Amino acid sequence: MGLYESSKRRRVAAAITLASLLALPWLITALDQGFYISFASRVLIFALAATSLNLVIGFGGMISFGHAAFFGTGAYCVAVLAESGIVSAALAWPLTMALTALLALLIGAISLRTRGVYFIMITLAFAQMVFYLVVSLKAWGGDDGLSLVRRSIFGGLDLKDDTTFYFVVLAILALVLVALDRLAHSRFGRVIQSIRENETRMEALGYPVFAYKLVCFVIGGALAGLAGALLVNQSGLASPNLLHWMQSGTLMVMIVLGGVGSVYGGVVGAVLLLLGEEILAEWVPHWPIGLGVLLLAVVLWAPLGIAGLFGWGRSRE
Amino acid sequence: MTQLILEQALNGLQFGLMLFLLAAGLTLVFGIMDMINLAHGSLYMAGAYLAAAATQASNSFVVGIGAAMLATAILGALLEITLLRRLYARNHLAQVLATFALILIANEAVRMIWGAQPVPLNAPDALSGPVNIAGFFYPAYRLLIIGVGALVAVLLYVLVTHTRLGMWVRAGASNREMTEALGINVRLLFTIVFAFGAALCALAGAMLGPLLAVQAGMGESILILAFVVIVIGGIGSIRGALVGSLLVGIVDTLGRAALPSLLSLFLSPEVASNFGPALASVLIYLLMAAILFWRPEGLFPARA
Repeated sequence: MGLYESSKRRRVAAAITLASLLALPWLITALDQGFYISFASRVLIFALAATSLNLVIGFGGMISFGHAAFFGTGAYCVAVLAESGIVSAALAWPLTMALTALLALLIGAISLRTRGVYFIMITLAFAQMVFYLVVSLKAWGGDDGLSLVRRSIFGGLDLKDDTTFYFVVLAILALVLVALDRLAHSRFGRVIQSIRENETRMEALGYPVFAYKLVCFVIGGALAGLAGALLVNQSGLASPNLLHWMQSGTLMVMIVLGGVGSVYGGVVGAVLLLLGEEILAEWVPHWPIGLGVLLLAVVLWAPLGIAGLFGWGRSRE
Repeated sequence: MTQLILEQALNGLQFGLMLFLLAAGLTLVFGIMDMINLAHGSLYMAGAYLAAAATQASNSFVVGIGAAMLATAILGALLEITLLRRLYARNHLAQVLATFALILIANEAVRMIWGAQPVPLNAPDALSGPVNIAGFFYPAYRLLIIGVGALVAVLLYVLVTHTRLGMWVRAGASNREMTEALGINVRLLFTIVFAFGAALCALAGAMLGPLLAVQAGMGESILILAFVVIVIGGIGSIRGALVGSLLVGIVDTLGRAALPSLLSLFLSPEVASNFGPALASVLIYLLMAAILFWRPEGLFPARA
């Protein structure tokens, strides 16, 4: 398949997906299943979080096991800002992204000195630090988490309305995906993917490998923070669970299910996992076992993820 | 005050030795096969549940522990032969994900079999009271844990440093290809190491069962600590695992006990009571990050 044809097919697929996602609220309202609008927002938010991790793992080749730190910090940041009266999304969300970017800069600058398993473990250690710090702060609710006093105000839009909130989330996710698609094909994207393939060679060619990886890590952290900011608006609670290492694991599961290193892998994985949980958990007793078996099967026999099975995986030129 | 510090130090030693039982198997698996096994904590959980079941069936704690160790070793060997073996050649991401899947399966399987409530596992009545060591009282059962942990640590040290099997293991950890080239069956060796590690997990699970709750998900928190231990100690090094375990056990336990009052010496009581526990709970992670920063290969790197 030629590059042109493949990108054309992808554009068509993306357009169809976008159109159906735009139509979704009307379908849900028509079926009188109002609850599912909020659920759909949740799925899209997790898609954003998984996509941000896919940037770090799939494109940057940095197997971070601590992504929950940025996701959860984003949620707590918005909740804390709201408590002190800052509810404007135009102020709170960029502030949250700046803070999580700073956190990612700090963690990344230290962690990227290590390689391989040590990198996995040190990112995990940092995420655990953030988890325990937040849980032990009584002012932030400790084990109970911190409720959001009110949803952010996004310009003239009322985010209390679930449908409006859904469209805002959808718009943000679409923007991020378009930007990432651009990024993947930009000079920066080419370099970071080459570093993933052969770091030593890129270093020998004179590229500042460390700086490229750090920038990639920081962008991933900031986007995860944005996802956290959206999630706390959806659920109304910044919960310590968002910072737990199992959350990092779940995000990894999403991108592996969806396809590591493909732009839409995070979205596919988040939709599959959350829909699976929502639908199958009702019908299949002991659903986690089913999920575990599915995950094992994907890891053993479909290393490019579900997206890879359909040939929408990372392009091998 | 000295009573308190001595007690906490002993608690730290006890916790550290139990951590060592987990870390020893994990570090060898990690070192020889370059394999991240998140399911190690699930073996610990399986050991605790099996010990509870066997203790109930046989009415003997010792028989319960023995049966649990044997059963978990078999379980570990089966897991290694059927599944984990396929993952050695794969990248770390695949290993993390596959063993993460095993955690999900193990936790749910335990809930299926034993229910969501914690299962009772009690230490023998004879050990329930405190013992008097020269005017200082300490729980007998915790003392037993220290004794067993120390004994196993010594045996393991002798096994790894003074026997032929141990020599092969160390050779495998420092250079697998070379060891294979010298005619050692590393595959079989590894199945043995894995089963052995699983039995140690079961021992730790069964011994800690009466102190902590035997419940689904109990393996996860201790698994992370075991990883911290082996990263601090140096992956693949038994000596590193021992030093790391004791360091983590004592720093964590003493930190939790002493840090809040220590901070109140130079901070206001309010800040100290808020910040003390927070700092204490991240202390070992700070330790790990610091060690990785200055000695990225850990304290005792196995690979020269």
